[in-house]
Amino acid sequence: MHPTRRWIVLATASAAFSRFALPADATQATMEEAIRALVGETEPQRGKVKLELPSIVENGNTVPLTVSVDSPMTEADHVVSIHIFDQKNPQPYVAAFKLGPRAGRAQVSTRIRLADSQQVMAIAQLADGSFWSDSADVIVTLAACTEL
Amino acid sequence: MARVLINLPARAKRGQVIEIKTLIAHPMETGYRLDGKGAAIRRDIIKRFVCTYNGEEIFQAELFPAIAANPFIAFCTVATESGELVFSWTDDPGQTQTETRHIAVE
Repeated sequence: MHPTRRWIVLATASAAFSRFALPADATQATMEEAIRALVGETEPQRGKVKLELPSIVENGNTVPLTVSVDSPMTEADHVVSIHIFDQKNPQPYVAAFKLGPRAGRAQVSTRIRLADSQQVMAIAQLADGSFWSDSADVIVTLAACTEL
Repeated sequence: MARVLINLPARAKRGQVIEIKTLIAHPMETGYRLDGKGAAIRRDIIKRFVCTYNGEEIFQAELFPAIAANPFIAFCTVATESGELVFSWTDDPGQTQTETRHIAVE
């Protein structure tokens, strides 16, 4: 087929758009894949973990987040690590925190970026190897990472 | 050297759980943004944060681009003995910034 004028116009237009396209976003599937890489064959159970973040966020560039885990934090029974995942950011992994019995209280706070309204998930690994999770849905008015 | 804010009690009772809040000035460039010419801005984030208490590691964080600029991290620890807490942040080029704070435990 000879390149018609319409075809050339369409091709250049789509090329121009693709230059501004952001890299592939994380999806439910990539989030599950990232979680699978962490937990392996085991299934994270609901409970023990409490993920706190605002349900409506005006600015996705800084979203305060606190994860606390119901644990006595003793040598035998403590939280080993806390992991945070998102559904629709460019990458599904947000942060990983390593704790130990010296922490006294299993609680971590930070500020994260959210590119869209989505579900955020926190998973904690305990000393006995079990995984516990909590998730929260967030509505984001102004998304992070959109300014060019 | 980036500006750092560290908030922890100057003195604590033995066995008391204290909260430590840290913040470091850093753009946390994600690598997903484009500059005026449409070229990707190079990723530059703090990827590791470690806190040691008298030489023993008590907390560690691995950070990804989804952490907001000027990363704020708050965590807890048990005040076991008087001594020094050393905080260190490592960025993408591998540079490390270290800060030390003293705590008196009675």
